[in-house]
Amino acid sequence: MSWGNLIRLVALLTLLALLLWPDAFSGAFGLLTTNGQPAIYNQGNLLDITLSHLGIVAVATLGATIIAVGLAIIVTRPFGAEFLPVSRSLANIGQTFPPVAVLALAVPMLGFGTAPTLVALFLYGLLPIFENTLTGLTGLPPAVVEAARGMGMSGWQRLLRVELPIALPVILAGIRLSVVISLATATIGSTVAARTLGEVIIAGLLSNNTAFVLQGGLIVGVLAVLIYDGLSALERSLLARTGQTRA
Amino acid sequence: MSLAAPAIDRPRPTWLALDKLGVLVAVAAGIGIALPFALFRANRIVPGEAMGLFAALPLHLALLLVATLIGGFAAALLRWPAHLKLAVGLVVVGMLFVLAGLSASHLTPDGDSFARVSPGAGFWVLAFAFALLVTDALTRLALRPWQRVAMLLAVAAAMALLLWSGLWNDLSMLREYANRAQSFWSEAQTHLGLAFGSVAIATLVGVPLGMVCYKFAALRASVLNLLNIVQTIPSIALFGLLIAPLAWVAAHVPGAKAIGISGIGATPALVALFAYSLLPIVANTVVGLVGVSPAAIDAARGMGMTRWQRLLSVELPLAFPVILTGIRIVLVQNIGLTTIAALVGGGGFGVFVFQGIGQTAMDLVLLGAVPTVALAFAAAVVLDALVDMTARGTRT
Repeated sequence: MSWGNLIRLVALLTLLALLLWPDAFSGAFGLLTTNGQPAIYNQGNLLDITLSHLGIVAVATLGATIIAVGLAIIVTRPFGAEFLPVSRSLANIGQTFPPVAVLALAVPMLGFGTAPTLVALFLYGLLPIFENTLTGLTGLPPAVVEAARGMGMSGWQRLLRVELPIALPVILAGIRLSVVISLATATIGSTVAARTLGEVIIAGLLSNNTAFVLQGGLIVGVLAVLIYDGLSALERSLLARTGQTRA
Repeated sequence: MSLAAPAIDRPRPTWLALDKLGVLVAVAAGIGIALPFALFRANRIVPGEAMGLFAALPLHLALLLVATLIGGFAAALLRWPAHLKLAVGLVVVGMLFVLAGLSASHLTPDGDSFARVSPGAGFWVLAFAFALLVTDALTRLALRPWQRVAMLLAVAAAMALLLWSGLWNDLSMLREYANRAQSFWSEAQTHLGLAFGSVAIATLVGVPLGMVCYKFAALRASVLNLLNIVQTIPSIALFGLLIAPLAWVAAHVPGAKAIGISGIGATPALVALFAYSLLPIVANTVVGLVGVSPAAIDAARGMGMTRWQRLLSVELPLAFPVILTGIRIVLVQNIGLTTIAALVGGGGFGVFVFQGIGQTAMDLVLLGAVPTVALAFAAAVVLDALVDMTARGTRT
């Protein structure tokens, strides 16, 4: 086992221990509190909040992946080619909208709670996945597409059996980016009463309790690093696989 | 901004053929006409009363809008030349903006300072549909960088004129502004100071750091990994975590307090934004320097340049467009992220957004969100144009 993986394993085990037996860490976090403040978040179960946080991110990312990949497929077919330039511009413009603004503006339509957070994360997650799917589908080696055409494959067959598998690592890189952004952005959702780890951080900010802020921030950060590394590893293995088939 | 993405080839259209994107615009605009054009509320808190096009505007103005929209439909649906589509699209959007203000004056009873009129869903959908038409036309025109900046300035001037003329004064967002004019401009100053200041400091630190990482490959992985990890810490947590250490510095380091360092307020926000900015700038500096063609470096070596001369007068200028792209990403991101600074007392437009969320007053949210989005958008257009201009000299 390499040093990197050893550190990851330790981080994962520490994270699990913190979520399952938070009280065991009260000594460490207690160093950061003053005037007898509680060291461990006490207005809810850390494990539940973390699972809810991950659930919101997972649902938003899944939705964003389906829509973004679908749209990117449409605009790279001859039928949708007219939409390609404008969709690129729109994706670029969309990125200039700050997540807080999207979140706040979704509230009048959807009310407080999880729904506006899901919408904001979904919209925000679309862009990197769409960009990367476009890059993947438009950057295919022409020889490969030509060969598929020469084998008499139909448009659908080419898409499903040649283009998407080759573009998959790039698409996955987009999903990875999207997940990491969403994990951090979801914390902002707690300002409109979504149940995410932002709740822990905001409670810390309001009561001036650094231990809470650190707990919330650490859990999100460690989750993001672990998920990022996991998806990177998956990408590398996919790349190696398509590399072998291409050779 | 890839408003300049190359136009795709397609067969020469006849002027009557349908435009696929135009169909999408027309469908959206059709929905927009059916939805309420304005929302009327007797005061700030009560739920709104939806007003259709003819209820929201005096008859002659409503008819004028309908006529303009018919022109807009034609421009969207038919394969007219892009500059004509652009002109019609701009006229429609401009008309919508002016009429939104006039509908507010029309609906507000004289002398009533409690009534709130805001643009309804219909206005937003119509504006979005024709903004899409404008975007598409601009993309097809593939404007040069300076033309894009000129376009931006023209739109900004038109908006300024609209606001200055007082046409919008009866709209709810401007009513909120009128109540807070003074704090609006001071928060604007804070917002700009935090966003631009953090990017400026990050550029001063990040570019040399990137150069060091490029020269010493051993450092590269560890520095980039560390900066990557910083990026994964949620912004509100990072803002919060900096409060305690900065308060300690302010209390214990002589002179720190005198230069304005403190635990709460703008300092933690500035430091956090700076920390987030480093990764894109350092990474792009490294990527830009690595991408300099070996032939150029060889030529510089052949001319007898020293290592430092090569770095400063050949490699760095050639890598500049890539570095500038990093700065663009960071600037747009920080203009948005600065809204979060309001949560730790750092000020900025986020103050209005979070106050608005707290009072469920959406006009107040808009008062914070609209300037933020406009600033980020303007920054993106200007820096993209700069990137294109500098890239032309360095790439063949």
